[in-house]
Amino acid sequence: MRNLKRQLLAGPYILWMAGFILLPTVMILYYAFTTTSGNFSLLNISSIAFSVHLKSLVLSLQLAFICTVICLVLSYPVAMILNNIKSKSQGLLVFIFILPMWMNFMLRILAWRMLLSNNGVINSLLGTLGLPGLDILNTPKAVVFCMVYDFLPFMILPIYNAMARIQPDIIEAAKDLGAGRITVFFKIILPLTMSGVISGIIMVFVPALTSFAISDLLGGGKVLLIGNVIEQAFMQEYNWNLGSGLSVVLMVFVIASMALMNSHGDGEGGSFT
Amino acid sequence: MKKTLLILLSMLSVSALFAGCMGKDSPNTLTVLNYGKYIEPKVLDMFEDETGIKVEYEEYITPENMYTKYKAGAIDYDLICTSDYMIEKLINEGEVLEMNYDNIPLVKNLDQTYFDFSRSFDEKNKYTLPYFFGTVGILYNKEMIDESKVDSWDILWDEAYAGKIIMADSVRDSFMVAQKRLGYSLNTTDDEKLREAQKLLIAQKPLIYSYLVDEAQDEMIAENAAMAVVYSGEAGLALEYNDKLAFSVPKEGSNMWIDCWFMPKSAKHKENAEKFLNFLCREDIASLNFDYVYYATPNTKVKDSLDPELQKNPTIFPPKEVLDNCEVLKSLDDEATMRYNLYWKEIKSAD
Repeated sequence: MRNLKRQLLAGPYILWMAGFILLPTVMILYYAFTTTSGNFSLLNISSIAFSVHLKSLVLSLQLAFICTVICLVLSYPVAMILNNIKSKSQGLLVFIFILPMWMNFMLRILAWRMLLSNNGVINSLLGTLGLPGLDILNTPKAVVFCMVYDFLPFMILPIYNAMARIQPDIIEAAKDLGAGRITVFFKIILPLTMSGVISGIIMVFVPALTSFAISDLLGGGKVLLIGNVIEQAFMQEYNWNLGSGLSVVLMVFVIASMALMNSHGDGEGGSFT
Repeated sequence: MKKTLLILLSMLSVSALFAGCMGKDSPNTLTVLNYGKYIEPKVLDMFEDETGIKVEYEEYITPENMYTKYKAGAIDYDLICTSDYMIEKLINEGEVLEMNYDNIPLVKNLDQTYFDFSRSFDEKNKYTLPYFFGTVGILYNKEMIDESKVDSWDILWDEAYAGKIIMADSVRDSFMVAQKRLGYSLNTTDDEKLREAQKLLIAQKPLIYSYLVDEAQDEMIAENAAMAVVYSGEAGLALEYNDKLAFSVPKEGSNMWIDCWFMPKSAKHKENAEKFLNFLCREDIASLNFDYVYYATPNTKVKDSLDPELQKNPTIFPPKEVLDNCEVLKSLDDEATMRYNLYWKEIKSAD
């Protein structure tokens, strides 16, 4: 009886999963392996080998990789600093890092477009200071910049959480046994925060790989990522089969990168395990 | 068959989830799909107040987006406004209902000339009602470019303006520019000519600031770029905000477009749709819409009531000699559409 009740509690979520996760995936798979007339075909999948599609996939992987590396390099020290502040302001600082996430993601991208434009706030400020203008809007640089800006909290938080969980006793013990600061970092802090790093990498790399809104708005229509190709196939070309085929290929890349990262984690505290 | 079943199944499960919030099928509604920023919002409220018909209003960006939205079939639209070639495509697919003009008496306010233009996609004037029309040209900043050169599309390939040019982020409009520069029809399906146009557009890419549709006028008003390929109406509006701007339709010719209303097969409230169209033809309403949209209106009553200077404004009301030099976009067959789309993607991904 109690068991049944428990299962009933999961009902809404199962319904949600069936309607919004399982069914769309089944539909994407169906479209991916059929032609517009409904016959079985592998053409949509193999069309990833078209030079245009391959090029945008490679570009997406590149930009996502760069974005993840920058996020990691920025986040790790930030997480350490946050963790080392042992006063009341710690909570406030963490709050400040999360604050931008309260605002809609699209609005933030649009705001950056205004800030970075030729006559935007940043360039007029640089101009009045007599400095050369910043000319990165509508280039891949702007896309990476905004990806980093948007996804940074997803890297900081898991690393910070992992760091906060380390017992000070362990570090003290290491120091008592004669370990220097560098040894403590490499032998204790780094291994113990690895699970956070891996979660962070996945949570940054995956959305960066699949994003299309940022490249659309900040790339000036000149940066064609695989996400844009898929969006165009659905929205402009009315070719759902092609869009689904490419989505399946992208899904394989996403799952592969997650599997790769998780296999390096120690299991404990891993992101999606 | 399987496909319909699949879609049906998914819609069923989703609608089951939202069963609570569906109250849409009451008889006195009207579901309208229109371009963004393409109607004075007040007009919708006025229509609701006067007739008691509840309007469900939706917007889209490009005709291709509209097609996807309509074909997805999730919403039964009663009335859609879109451009010439897309209407032709839908008429050819048998998706458009005939209009009963007797129920729209105020159609007499519209200039017959534009029904004649509409014949290029609606042969017998059975399906459509013209809403706004215009051309495509170059909106430019007088202080940033040499005005003597702006009478030709060539200026969009001038390296002196690298990084200051905005192109249209729309397949047909961008190809039109290259095709007209080469002296071809904008409806060509000849592969060699298309490849030639594509080569031109790829060569142009390094000079482009960005590819935009609706935001182009904002960027021009903010003086972030020197030139933009835009619809005449948008240019007219931009001119009001920044008097350094001007508009030109190059001598090689351009595209003349007409946006029309039509009733799709999904229409459940034909009478309400006709009432709405009649309402839109009324002088006061059409003039509210004109003030808001600022595109050329086929409504003679509105045009006659305008300031004579505005009536002669070539940006908003393209003169006859410009229109004679323009072509209307025709719908292409699937094979040609696929080639256009692929070539466009190749341009967008070029370095």
